[in-house]
Amino acid sequence: MKLALFVLRRLGQTLFTMLAASFLLFALTEFQPGTVASKILGPYAVETQVALLSEKLGLDDPLLTRYARWLGTLAGVIENPLSDPALGLGLSDPRGTQYVGNFGFSLMQKEPVADVIADRLGNTVLLTVWAIGLTIPLSLLLGTLAGMRPGSLADRAISTTTVILTSLPEFVTAVVLLLIFTAWLGWLPGTSPLDPGDRWSLGAQLVMPVTVLVIASSAYVTRIVRASVADTIGKDHVRTATLKGLSPARVIWSHVLRNAMIAPVTVILLQINWILTGVVVVEAIFAYPGIGSLMLRAALFGDIFTVQALTLLALAVAIVTQFLGDLLYAALDPRIRAGT
Amino acid sequence: MTRPSGAILIGGGILLLWGIVALFAPLLSPWSPTEIDFAAAANPGPSAAHPLGTDPVGRDMLARLIYGARTTYIVVPLAIGSAFLTGGIAGMLAGWYGGWVDSLVSRISDVLLSFPALVLYIVLITAFGPSVTNIVVAVTLAYAPGMARLMRGQVLSVKRAEYVQAAQAAGEPAPYIMVVEILPNVGGPLIVDLCLRAGYTVILIGTLGFLGLGLPPPTPDWGGMVVEGVPFLPLHPHMALLPAAAVTSVVVACNLLADGLRERTA
Repeated sequence: MKLALFVLRRLGQTLFTMLAASFLLFALTEFQPGTVASKILGPYAVETQVALLSEKLGLDDPLLTRYARWLGTLAGVIENPLSDPALGLGLSDPRGTQYVGNFGFSLMQKEPVADVIADRLGNTVLLTVWAIGLTIPLSLLLGTLAGMRPGSLADRAISTTTVILTSLPEFVTAVVLLLIFTAWLGWLPGTSPLDPGDRWSLGAQLVMPVTVLVIASSAYVTRIVRASVADTIGKDHVRTATLKGLSPARVIWSHVLRNAMIAPVTVILLQINWILTGVVVVEAIFAYPGIGSLMLRAALFGDIFTVQALTLLALAVAIVTQFLGDLLYAALDPRIRAGT
Repeated sequence: MTRPSGAILIGGGILLLWGIVALFAPLLSPWSPTEIDFAAAANPGPSAAHPLGTDPVGRDMLARLIYGARTTYIVVPLAIGSAFLTGGIAGMLAGWYGGWVDSLVSRISDVLLSFPALVLYIVLITAFGPSVTNIVVAVTLAYAPGMARLMRGQVLSVKRAEYVQAAQAAGEPAPYIMVVEILPNVGGPLIVDLCLRAGYTVILIGTLGFLGLGLPPPTPDWGGMVVEGVPFLPLHPHMALLPAAAVTSVVVACNLLADGLRERTA
């Protein structure tokens, strides 16, 4: 019963955060009524055209009215006014004017935002799944090795390396890897367009982008795991387990790791949010066709609707993983439930 | 007074050194950072005239590195200072008054924390274009919530202390107690946090320059210099590596300083 209440409370907070974050996003991008119309019409539009379009789209309405309309369009309750052929913008959507997930049109590609994102989302998922899939076992292994015997040679080597690596910006790591593996050795491609006709295999194109992300995130997670393991290993119950003659592997596995994993689990979930930032950088460096590089191009173009959709996606990922992290934390440590 | 540790000396020393370089840039720099030496562009490696070589266009690397320090030392303190003031004041008020002030601050923090700093900046430039102001706003919105949480916890931990109660009993006004009594006693962890976040901000600003979202050229900016050098990695690796090393040295220095100060306050 208590757990159910805890979940409901957290769910309520999560929904509130999502709604408030979406409002902030909308307010930041569409605060000035003129912004939207001039972005739609491009830099060469005359002022009267901008004013006319603003009036037709109701862009001079109060911010809250416009936000409600935006949410309504997104939820498929209201038609997207931009699809109206009378506006002469040449924007049309095969799904119709009213559907759930209607983000409007990409001004850069003159296509529905949903299609532009769908084309690239899979590539980014591929990149992040590999990055997270390698980060977790690597950091658990290195963190445990270092934390098992604090002050040992392995600990000092791993700790020093991770401190240095957390100070390296992703773009610096990428440049160093490019210099070694592309410029000097010629083993890996310098760009990853994921083109099927490319002379490099898909795997070869993924190696460097994934490595840059793994280096950036695993250095940090390893430090958290190390601190947590080192803290647990000094506890009485672990000494008891060792003294009663359990093998070191047994002690580590069932007495140290089980207790030491609570902090890292949440950190790893929060790491997904960090990886999203890294994804933008890595995709830009390697010309990787994902949503990170799309977001960058859209921002520089002033493609307001694409940026809104992608930011909302990033927010949803961040907020949902935060929610899951809280639940998992409570499931692993019953004291938390009572405390909140 | 204990002797400062090696981490503090090295970290602080590097930051101080770059600070001096930034301050005296016009005196130290052999060339103007935007002056193009066409003769050197053909052979951009290190030479007597250009000790660190030139960039792809023929501008002196040393001069651009020196002036790049200026850009970093202006933008980072502005951004991190603004985040610290905003977050510090919000956290102080939340911790001191509690109740609805506390709830309001933590709800706003939750919302802002769901935006990664880079994404926030991307949203801002979509609407308003790239500028120093937008960098400062993005860093403030992204980092103030974490700083507010830290400050709130610190204030709560000393709120019931005798010296605070004594000041209250003496009728001191709340702002006076917060600034004069509480702040000096909770500063340690905040300074450590500030150093770490200054490091993140250096990374963020380098990244923005690298992605072409930073300050417009020809402003010498380390991140922008790295990206200009990338196509020339095979032949002239110094063009990308030197500014990359400059960014990294400042980040390492911030982290070392944070580590050293943490051990002192612990």
